[in-house]
Amino acid sequence: MSQRTFSSVAVGDVLPELVLPITPTLIVSGALASRDYQDVHHDKDLANERGSKDIFMNILTTNGLVGRYITDWTGPAGLLRRVDIRLGAPNYPGDTMVLTGEVITVAEDERDAAYGVVHIAVVGANDLGNHVQGTVQVSLPLKESA
Amino acid sequence: MSVDHSEALAALVGMSTGFPTVALDLVNEPMIRHWAEAMGDTNPVYFDAVAGVTAGLGGIVAPPTMLQAWSMVGLTGTLKRESSRGEKKDLENANDTMMRLLDEEGLTSVVATNCEQEYDRPLRPGERIAMRATIETISDVKKTGLGVGRFTTSLSEFFSVDESFPSDPSLRDAALAKAERVGTMRFRILKFAPQASAPAKPPRPKPALTQDNAFFFEGLNEGKLLIQRCTACATLRHPPLPACGKCESLEWDTIESKGSGEIYSFVVVHYPQVPSFDYPLPIALVALDEGTRIVANVSIDPEHIAIGQRVIARIETFDNDLSLPVFDLDTGA
Repeated sequence: MSQRTFSSVAVGDVLPELVLPITPTLIVSGALASRDYQDVHHDKDLANERGSKDIFMNILTTNGLVGRYITDWTGPAGLLRRVDIRLGAPNYPGDTMVLTGEVITVAEDERDAAYGVVHIAVVGANDLGNHVQGTVQVSLPLKESA
Repeated sequence: MSVDHSEALAALVGMSTGFPTVALDLVNEPMIRHWAEAMGDTNPVYFDAVAGVTAGLGGIVAPPTMLQAWSMVGLTGTLKRESSRGEKKDLENANDTMMRLLDEEGLTSVVATNCEQEYDRPLRPGERIAMRATIETISDVKKTGLGVGRFTTSLSEFFSVDESFPSDPSLRDAALAKAERVGTMRFRILKFAPQASAPAKPPRPKPALTQDNAFFFEGLNEGKLLIQRCTACATLRHPPLPACGKCESLEWDTIESKGSGEIYSFVVVHYPQVPSFDYPLPIALVALDEGTRIVANVSIDPEHIAIGQRVIARIETFDNDLSLPVFDLDTGA
């Protein structure tokens, strides 16, 4: 992973899209890695009983994927400060979620003078609509670290 | 909404949803690796201390978005919570009370709408995380796309604590006052009353079957349009009657009509509307070629229906068990 620096980022920069096939494996491994054992995230029969057509992705996985999408772009020194998401259409197996992002503002980082904060608008869309949309604040180092 | 718990709900705002909890596991590399693998996250700062140092983080850190994962109750806790659901009102915490009051208001469905996490700093393996949750807001009843409901926001605060953190839950709030906060999460849900879906169209009213008219409906069930005929004078009659209107004979049989005829008269019903039918609803009096008249539905655009139009019957089955003649425009085809 190469490291992006704050000075190389400008408002309007577009992040490369991330195409994620939504598989049962992704949903189940994400649920268990986040220690979320609610049956609707791993047991299709029980999900059906509760009125859902299939298992669906839990929110912690959505958070994790959004975080990964941002740090894939920033590189390892990118520090997530804030992930603020609105939840929409469920992610069901067989669907594909496409994550897109765009830099909306850049600012000084009040917490650390060696960083600048980048605000990114993120959308994760699947066949049903927007699974997630929101904004992420991530701090980038002003200079390449030694 | 017949029950209104606005006052009781307002009293819950600001209350913590129980004593602070401590994460079951310290922040640790195996859970970090499982998480990163599941997310497809190859960021080396989650695995490799050197990469963490190079990135200015001082070593391995946990993915910030794992914040909530550290506070999860695990499989055993989840099963325990599921099995005790709905028991023992005296043990419920403020969150349980809120959910129960909302249920009682008829807002029985729930959907998560927003999750807002803030990270004060990255977490490192070996840290012990404590969490406190508070009910932050409960909205008025709103109209939403899903139905009427209330939005509620819970605020979870995450702290890094050491091994001196009290095991006695009642002492933990005081301990948190001195602890370092490492992150927060605001979680908004909508508790709502699911909108009743549009009622299905009720079935058509069924005809009252009598000894006199049963042959007509039984014939339709077999795909035949049967017309009563007096065996004394051969006069056709419809609707079915016990006696011939011309010669008063009680003896009769039936003929099978070919279904051809012409519109003798018609009405187009706009009002009153019965839910089983589509409106505007054209109904015609059709003069059958065999020589009597029959009232039936016609599938001709109400704008274009006219007296004298040639029509031909087909038999349509409604609601899977009611067969009736319907007349189409006869184009001679």
